[in-house]
Amino acid sequence: MSSTDKNQTVSSEAAPEAKDSPASKSSGWAVFMFFMIGFVGSLLAGWILFPDLLYSKKEQPIDFNHAVHLSVVYDGCNSCHYFREDGTFAGMPDLNSCVDCHMDVMTGDPEEVKFVEEYVQPGIEVPWLNHSKQPDCVFFSHAAHVIGADMSCESCHGNIGTSEHTRTYEENRLTGYSRDIWGHSISRLGSPEPGEPRPMKMNDCAKCHLEETGHKGACFQCHK
Amino acid sequence: MKIDRRSFLSYTTAVVLGGAAGSMLTPAPWKLMDDISIWTQNWPWTPVPQDGAITYKHSVCTLCPGGCGIDVRLAGGRPIKIEGDKDHPVNKGSLCPRGFSALQYLYGPARVTTPLKREGKRGEGKWQKITWDEALTAVSGKLAELRSNGRPDTVACISGSDQGTIPNLIGRFMTAYGSPNFLCTATAKDAMEQAIYLTQGRQGSPVFDIENADFILSFGAGILEGWGGTGRMLNLYGAGKSAKTLVQIEPRLSDTAARANQWISITPGTETALALGLAHVMVKESLYDRQFIENFAFGFNDWTDDNGTAHKGFATAINDYPPAKVARITGIKEAEIPKLARKFAKAAAPIAVSGRGQGLLPGSIDESLAVLLLNAIAGNINKKGGVSVLSDFDYAKWPEIKIDETASKGMQQPRIDGAGSDDFPNTRYLLNRLPETLVAASGDAPIQALLVTGANPLYTMPDTAAAKKAFDRIPFIASFSPFMDETASYADYILPDHTPLERLQEVPAAVGISRQVISLAKPVVKPVYETHHVGDTFIQIARNLGGFVKSAFPWKDYETFLKATLKDHWRTLNKKGWVEISHDLPEPLNYVFNTASGKFEFYPTARVSGQKTIPPLPAFTPVPIEGDPQRFDLVLMPFDSIRLAGGDVANAPFMTKTVDANVLLHQTSVVEINPATARKLGLKDGDSVKLTTPRGEATVQLYFYDGIMPGLIAMPRGLGHTAYSDYLANKGTNVNQLIGAIADPDSGLNTAWGIRATITRI
Repeated sequence: MSSTDKNQTVSSEAAPEAKDSPASKSSGWAVFMFFMIGFVGSLLAGWILFPDLLYSKKEQPIDFNHAVHLSVVYDGCNSCHYFREDGTFAGMPDLNSCVDCHMDVMTGDPEEVKFVEEYVQPGIEVPWLNHSKQPDCVFFSHAAHVIGADMSCESCHGNIGTSEHTRTYEENRLTGYSRDIWGHSISRLGSPEPGEPRPMKMNDCAKCHLEETGHKGACFQCHK
Repeated sequence: MKIDRRSFLSYTTAVVLGGAAGSMLTPAPWKLMDDISIWTQNWPWTPVPQDGAITYKHSVCTLCPGGCGIDVRLAGGRPIKIEGDKDHPVNKGSLCPRGFSALQYLYGPARVTTPLKREGKRGEGKWQKITWDEALTAVSGKLAELRSNGRPDTVACISGSDQGTIPNLIGRFMTAYGSPNFLCTATAKDAMEQAIYLTQGRQGSPVFDIENADFILSFGAGILEGWGGTGRMLNLYGAGKSAKTLVQIEPRLSDTAARANQWISITPGTETALALGLAHVMVKESLYDRQFIENFAFGFNDWTDDNGTAHKGFATAINDYPPAKVARITGIKEAEIPKLARKFAKAAAPIAVSGRGQGLLPGSIDESLAVLLLNAIAGNINKKGGVSVLSDFDYAKWPEIKIDETASKGMQQPRIDGAGSDDFPNTRYLLNRLPETLVAASGDAPIQALLVTGANPLYTMPDTAAAKKAFDRIPFIASFSPFMDETASYADYILPDHTPLERLQEVPAAVGISRQVISLAKPVVKPVYETHHVGDTFIQIARNLGGFVKSAFPWKDYETFLKATLKDHWRTLNKKGWVEISHDLPEPLNYVFNTASGKFEFYPTARVSGQKTIPPLPAFTPVPIEGDPQRFDLVLMPFDSIRLAGGDVANAPFMTKTVDANVLLHQTSVVEINPATARKLGLKDGDSVKLTTPRGEATVQLYFYDGIMPGLIAMPRGLGHTAYSDYLANKGTNVNQLIGAIADPDSGLNTAWGIRATITRI
């Protein structure tokens, strides 16, 4: 009661003109309107602008054609993405593996010419952008999944083997990791289409492990 | 709509609140929280191990003369781990802490990464980076100048070793250049070689066939502290290995003594008396090898020379060492001495070895001789499980050096250290005599340019402060060290060599091993910095000098030189990593000794030469130590530890991490003292004291240790560096700075096993 009185006193003293202003009467509506501007604006920013700002777009150094390669090798994915003798997974093939075939230009394809001239001849490793790269604190064994649990490459990496062009690599500006790890849906709702790469955050590992093995797994299984 | 201040504030608040509320319903804050946490894990200075294919490369460790085979694990081509090579004949998979931590030499901050020229005062640490051309021109220019003045002999080279092709290439350079002053760090091996030469007339590496012996009588040899090749000894004596009997004789309960079957504490410096006392018992009780003595020994019994002069033989001379007297000298119980002698003599394959700790101290010739003669009495000379001599590896002969008149004149000058002179005819290097000669010389310093390679004399030499002062007289010092060690940091130019894992070289047999093993240290990684192989550097300097010096080096580079040197062995070495040549011991009836008498000389006639009046038969004269016993009531003794490197190349920082608080506490060295001695002095465990010797002083902390003889204090070698990096410098005290050298009257080699000292509470 007394506080209202005081306020009135203060307002009448401080802003005598406002008293007559029609705007001050409709301030409740205006406040709500501005609230909604902020609310809707941030919703739009958060859902539409934010993902575009968060990720930068990069192209692979060479537009690699998986489909062509898969049609000429004998051992499928394993021909280039093989297990080493000690059971570790080679991941992206290094230049030496490529040079086994691409000592010189074989097909005359402009991308191949570029590859041979810029990387094979000077002996520089191709700085491929790895869509599935995990932080150093994560220990992941391909052998346990591919050999031990008999999973296909596609079950995590999607139909990359049939792609004729490389995808645009979306790099998280803060972390440096690929957008694939978080998943393309910024809300992480729903699941990827069949043939799309699966997200690879820790919860994704845990989810699949829970479904397949009945347990999410323990910390030290991946964080050695 | 009119906006005044008040409504503006409320509308802004509304927008902010609306924005905040709305953003909570978007993924942005949640995603950013996650991303920021990942971002913090990927800061560029966070080390991330290299990923890539794991490969192994075989090589051999060159950090000490042990010659242990190593397996280097590489990830994506980057060396990440060193392990012992299970197939290597020397160490069979065992490796010392230093070998395990050797990657730190490759990556550590102590490395000199480019050639450097001194900017400020010597030792000030101000350097200017220069190109290799500039560095080579500077050194070649100085050497050319001295040569054109007709004084090539004023150039000296200090090398860490004289074994293998690198030191030999440098030695060849010195000869072609015209200087006799190739100096090498002397070790116990030098004294042993001399004892073998005096008795058998043969030059070569001493062999102690521990592998095939069953009773090892060690006069202070640090079997577990790095003596005779650490990897090799760990393989024989490490945890769970071998049941060979080991009797350790030393005044301190070392790791070896703790591992031994019996530890006999002895008054330091009286080892010779014990050896002679044991010989006395063996001769008295006829426990010697009659067959060997009767057929192959000279001077065992009394003898008469061609002039009719009668000489006492060894068997007579040792009558002076009855157990009662030896017990008095050595402090060992009288009854123990005959017991030990009998055990030694009756063992199937006994062997007696000398060399304190790692064998960094040459020690007295009498001591080496007395211990060697124990082996001879037991008849295990040139036998499996005994002592023999290994001739140097048969390298291809290099083209003979043609030298010009300047070089010839230079080579005729006496050596700066007096080795090989009439005073010390059988000694090859006397580095410990260099400082006093430099200081004593009047006028221009007798050494005008010093080249240092593979050695760190300003850390390892006795009385380092005096050595530094002596080095001040040398106007030009060039170091070839890969590390900013004490000597390099005191040099004028540094022309950095590769580190062991980057350097190609062949590694000759481990000291003491019973067969010829030559291994190839293949580079496991391309040079990380702008360093040059020291062999290539010397070849380049020779080329710059031109003339006969240049023509002494017809090889393109060190690799060509090495291939030419190893000839047929190169292929095997390159493929397999080592060549092993069995050491064929002569049949017992075909022993040949190259002495004057053609026999094994118990009475070493080669000891009687020139003006010297050294009695040939080994006798016990207490090895004197420096200091007035009135003023200095205690004796300081350095010891070696497997966890500290006391030689030319310092610890890897990991090793310093492994030492206990009773060795190094924070930055202070800890000295061991017997509680009884300390209590007499009114001192407590952990007291900070000032340790003073005639040579220097240091602040140390006391550690009460029952395993050390009363009256002694002990501190390890390998601490107290002042150079290298922050990880090594200023940690503890360098014991060498507290001890001076004492020359053996016979060999001139350093025999200072300790020094008198005193401690006062601070």
